[in-house]
Amino acid sequence: MTLALDILLSGLILGGMYALTALGLTLQYGVARIMNLSYGEFLIAAAFFAYWTFVGLSMSPLIGLIVVVPLAFVLNWAIYQVLLTPLVRRAKNRDMLEVDSILATFGLLFVVQGVMLVIFGGQYHTYSYLSIPVNIAGVTLSLNRLLAFAVAVTIGLIAYLALKHTRTGTAIRAVAVNPESAQLSAIDVQAAAAFAFALGGALVAAGGVLVSMFLTFSAAMGVTFTMKALIVVIMGGVGNMMGALSAGLLLGVVETSVARLGDPGLTLAATFALFLIVLLVRPTGLFGRYTR
Amino acid sequence: MHIKRLIATGAVALAAGLLSAPVQAQESIKIGWSISKTGPFAAGASVTTLPNYQVWVKEVNDAGGIMLKSLNKKMKLEVVEYDDRSNSEEMIKAVERLAEQDKVDIILPPWSTGLNLAAAPVFHRLGYPQLAVTANTNRAVEMSQRWPGLSFWLGLPSELVDGLVDTLTKLQKEGKIGSKIALISVSDQFGIEQSTAAREGLKKAGFDIVYDKSYPFGTQDMQPVLKEAQAASPDSLIAFSYPPDTFGITDTAKVIGFNPKVFFVGVGTAFPAFKGKYAAGAEGVMGIGGSNGNLPGVKWYIQRHKEIIGREPDRWASPVTYASLQVLQQAIERVGKIDRPAIIKEISTGEFDTIIGKIKLVDGQNKNIWAVGQWQGGEFMGVAPLAKDGAVAPIVPKPSWQ
Repeated sequence: MTLALDILLSGLILGGMYALTALGLTLQYGVARIMNLSYGEFLIAAAFFAYWTFVGLSMSPLIGLIVVVPLAFVLNWAIYQVLLTPLVRRAKNRDMLEVDSILATFGLLFVVQGVMLVIFGGQYHTYSYLSIPVNIAGVTLSLNRLLAFAVAVTIGLIAYLALKHTRTGTAIRAVAVNPESAQLSAIDVQAAAAFAFALGGALVAAGGVLVSMFLTFSAAMGVTFTMKALIVVIMGGVGNMMGALSAGLLLGVVETSVARLGDPGLTLAATFALFLIVLLVRPTGLFGRYTR
Repeated sequence: MHIKRLIATGAVALAAGLLSAPVQAQESIKIGWSISKTGPFAAGASVTTLPNYQVWVKEVNDAGGIMLKSLNKKMKLEVVEYDDRSNSEEMIKAVERLAEQDKVDIILPPWSTGLNLAAAPVFHRLGYPQLAVTANTNRAVEMSQRWPGLSFWLGLPSELVDGLVDTLTKLQKEGKIGSKIALISVSDQFGIEQSTAAREGLKKAGFDIVYDKSYPFGTQDMQPVLKEAQAASPDSLIAFSYPPDTFGITDTAKVIGFNPKVFFVGVGTAFPAFKGKYAAGAEGVMGIGGSNGNLPGVKWYIQRHKEIIGREPDRWASPVTYASLQVLQQAIERVGKIDRPAIIKEISTGEFDTIIGKIKLVDGQNKNIWAVGQWQGGEFMGVAPLAKDGAVAPIVPKPSWQ
């Protein structure tokens, strides 16, 4: 049964990458209620940062990771305060905020993309780091992808535990479910939302650095990542970290199975079919719940 | 009432007369282009097309401009640039704007087969020559006949595949490889056209295609495809891929230890980023295209590109793009003035000296092309067409991954 094991493990690794690039968005969309269309651009920006660290400064991109995560947290917190808080204040309900945030972040997308185009140009960038074969139970995997998977799972677990067992985590969950009621429980909704948005930005930056070690990227590729992350987020249930992780892993395994057992040309069809089926059976996503 | 109206009419007539005064004498040659600076095509255009346009303009202007015999003076180039955002409607609008509003003398073509074919009827209607370097289609000859100003510079997909099949056939005859081939391609026009032609050619040459699959553009994990290909134990891997998957395939093959005797990947192999990423590991990798790195013109060009743009050019379409601009310049100089029909005729019939050697178009097609190249000693050398001047012998079997 080595083929099955091979498919399972490679699928989980691929899924880990999908989950990693979606964890931030589920926080931003689920808790801060911001449909961040510029999400992918921040991932690419972090990828460029790692590229510059490795190619320009000849240092390990993991050092870049340590620098970029707090940097991204602060930057996204600032963006929330300056760009998004006015929208939050004047939005009468959740739908209005969603529409406003889509428009605002759509503009932000072009700003970030434009800056990257000017600094790095539009061409493909790629580098190799930790592209070392690792043998797990007879299956050969690439170390950098394994690292991305490990980070995704770790973040997912930490987030799950933090959300369940800490005060801040419970406050964030409350804001995700019902901001009005959360406010009545003396939870500073604004602060929680800003924190969630900033944390989402930090997570996507971490994701960007890690995937840059094995993917080829260019300044214009942000939209592809935003789209894929959105699918993972919605499939897993908006706002649910474990949901995003599970959905990502599931997508990875399905895609790998179809590519190996069926036809690689059917992978897109299969992933979208899975997406549709999940939503038909559980409209709020795998782990989602109706929120007001 | 009558007098007021008369005065008004007179004023309008006077104004119209003044506005339609004869145009000032031409001070520069206006060059326009619509290029993908944003959107999915930006990555390709930023490597192959835009930098070459910029290098050419700089080179020409540094030398004082293009000599127009009819005016007996050298005219510098003035550039009007639009971003078509990888969108064909935007590109068409930009081209029309360049012709009708900016009234440029020459329009340089956009990037990619798709955009060039969409632009062809417009270029033809507006009367501009179209040196469509980054267009690669088997219908090229038919199109050049339909639109005489349209020329193709990289060879037909069938010629590219013929070069590959010839290379493999020769290697098999020499006993260096067996007959088993794994063929993969990206599900896009390029991948589909090439793999269709390759399948036919390889079967005719007696090869056995043991794995034959295509994958969607943007696939981020090539492991499933390559592991399946590896399981079929092919002697050669042929992948008609685009830059992100070209890198992905090479990376994954390295990790899973898949090292067939011939390792051929598609677009992107000729990029300096390929050499940059894999360094010594690129040695022996074959790819589409190629160039004669030993030609002094090519050597000069690589150096100049690096000086002006800050990085090296790609080793397939970039030198050809620059050569096409040299052809354009020489055609303008020979005609002596901006007479587009005459320039089109000169481009189609004349013989030109360029950095890649002599170029003479046949039915609108440049025949000075490379089909297969291989990284040898840090340079992407042309391997096929086998009989072409400057072709080097391929290094087979491919050295092990480093």
